[in-house]
Amino acid sequence: MSELRDLYQDIILEHSKRPRNYRTLEVANRKAEGFNPLCGDHFTIYVEVGDGQIRDISFQGSGCAISKASASMMTQAVKGKRTEEAEELFQKFHHVVTGKNGTESIELGKLAAFAGVSEYPVRVKCATLAWHALRAALRGDQHAVSTE
Amino acid sequence: MTTAANTAFRPQTATRTDFDVYKVRADFPILARKIHGKPLVYLDNAATTQKPQPVIDAMVRYYTAENSNIHRGVHTLSELATESYEQSRATVQRFLNAAEAREIVFVRGTTEGINLVAQTWGRANIGRGDEILISAMEHHSNIVPWQILCEQQGANLRVAPVNDAGELLLGEFEKLLGAKTKLVAMAHVSNALGTVNPVRKIVEAAHRFDARVLLDGAQAIPHLAVDVRAIDCDFYVFSGHKVYAPTGIGILYGKAELLEAMPPYQGGGDMISSVTFEKTLYNRLPHKFEAGTPHVSGTIGLGAALEYVKSMGIESIARHEKQILAYGTKRLREIPGLRLIGTARQKEGILSFVLEGVHPHDVGTILDQEGIAIRTGHHCAQPLMERFGVPATARASLALYNTMEEMDALANGLQKVREVFA
Ligand SMILES: Cc1ncc(COP(=O)(O)O)c(C=O)c1O
Repeated sequence: MSELRDLYQDIILEHSKRPRNYRTLEVANRKAEGFNPLCGDHFTIYVEVGDGQIRDISFQGSGCAISKASASMMTQAVKGKRTEEAEELFQKFHHVVTGKNGTESIELGKLAAFAGVSEYPVRVKCATLAWHALRAALRGDQHAVSTE
Repeated sequence: MTTAANTAFRPQTATRTDFDVYKVRADFPILARKIHGKPLVYLDNAATTQKPQPVIDAMVRYYTAENSNIHRGVHTLSELATESYEQSRATVQRFLNAAEAREIVFVRGTTEGINLVAQTWGRANIGRGDEILISAMEHHSNIVPWQILCEQQGANLRVAPVNDAGELLLGEFEKLLGAKTKLVAMAHVSNALGTVNPVRKIVEAAHRFDARVLLDGAQAIPHLAVDVRAIDCDFYVFSGHKVYAPTGIGILYGKAELLEAMPPYQGGGDMISSVTFEKTLYNRLPHKFEAGTPHVSGTIGLGAALEYVKSMGIESIARHEKQILAYGTKRLREIPGLRLIGTARQKEGILSFVLEGVHPHDVGTILDQEGIAIRTGHHCAQPLMERFGVPATARASLALYNTMEEMDALANGLQKVREVFA
């Protein structure tokens, strides 16, 4: 049970039940889908970018607790950030969920809650799905990204 | 001498009348291992079954004492290997009650068996505007090969619907049959729901329209007595690994006159009787469909596995599994917010479900921490998931070694899942 709690931290459970920015975004000028064929997780990320800055961001779709909470917390973390900063944040997040953690978890703030994922290799894809979709959206890649 | 050496591969075949699941469990070494410090509760048998010691021993013995290539040598080892290989074919023939051993073709598994029929019988017999009829509960391996064939030949795929319990709507199925129907391809037992299809009726109805019938027996073979002559199907396919045999070996059964008339699948060694650069004569059945060096140890493992099942008695196995399924169903129904997907009256070995407010993937991770192995996802049946309006399910699937206690462990594990997500 204690190990499970490392994965399913309260903040993760809370975001999975009450995801933030969970809606479509009328003013979005970037959009991308993320799809995990293994478990059927499927999200669409909507982004409004102006002057290199993420002015607004939202998401919709369905998936497991990890993928949904990750999408929700990602939208909070990157809103108002410059696009390069969001990319950098993804790098750090990726290191933390894959266990290549240096001092990065400190810089991640709330997102460090996902560090427990590194103990569950098959769940890394769940945690990074929304981030992959965000990156595709920012780079203007309209194809659905797949984690397979 | 050869026979003496070969009988050593076979377990005792005396049928046990009293089925003792704890004795049976002792035959499966992997069941003794722990996962995350807890005893393994293996409930992913529809994906693949564990292997009993007699199967492992048969394969080790083959590599220790008989390994050589078949059908090619005059030396002793080659003769021994060939005889073991052909004895396994005879074991499969008896297990399915096929009329002749040459109706049994060794393939890699269900998937390869279906593709073989699609690309040989199918390309020779399906034309523009013809129809292939499947059901809404098929595994992708009994959908995609027919889609490919339809594309190649300009034929059409039709799909018979299922009801909310996951049962084939036989009336709708019969309405879809017609003069254009050339083939009916259907699961004997559904891997995602456990539904047992009324194969006798399906075959009878199809034959009235002169359509051939292929049955995907992947999930039927470990649970039901299968008699291909009583069913009167034209093709029957299954995978060894789902019936306690190794991976990489499976069976295509076909009626001899159909197999005779079919062009070969792959070209190469063993499938020919003579080759010149002008003309090649194909070998007799079943070798025509067995190009190249086959999975000899796999066939020996499969023979040993079917003998093992026979020694337990498939009826005894079925009776035991029915009890476990009934008890498991009862325990799962007690869990608030749990919805069973697949509640057919005729059902085998599968408990597919969704838990309100919890994604199946999270169910799977939490149960794994309890040592319980289940499968989560779409079970290679995406159209069926769509039919039931779920992206995925959690699936516990049974084998002869599962116990009532394991159903309790599953139910307790699911309570833990609910606590985490409360
Ligand atoms: C009903 C059914 N058909 C076909 C298959 C495919 O079997 P294999 O992967 O062994 O070829 C499976 C197994 O997953 C199955 O359950």
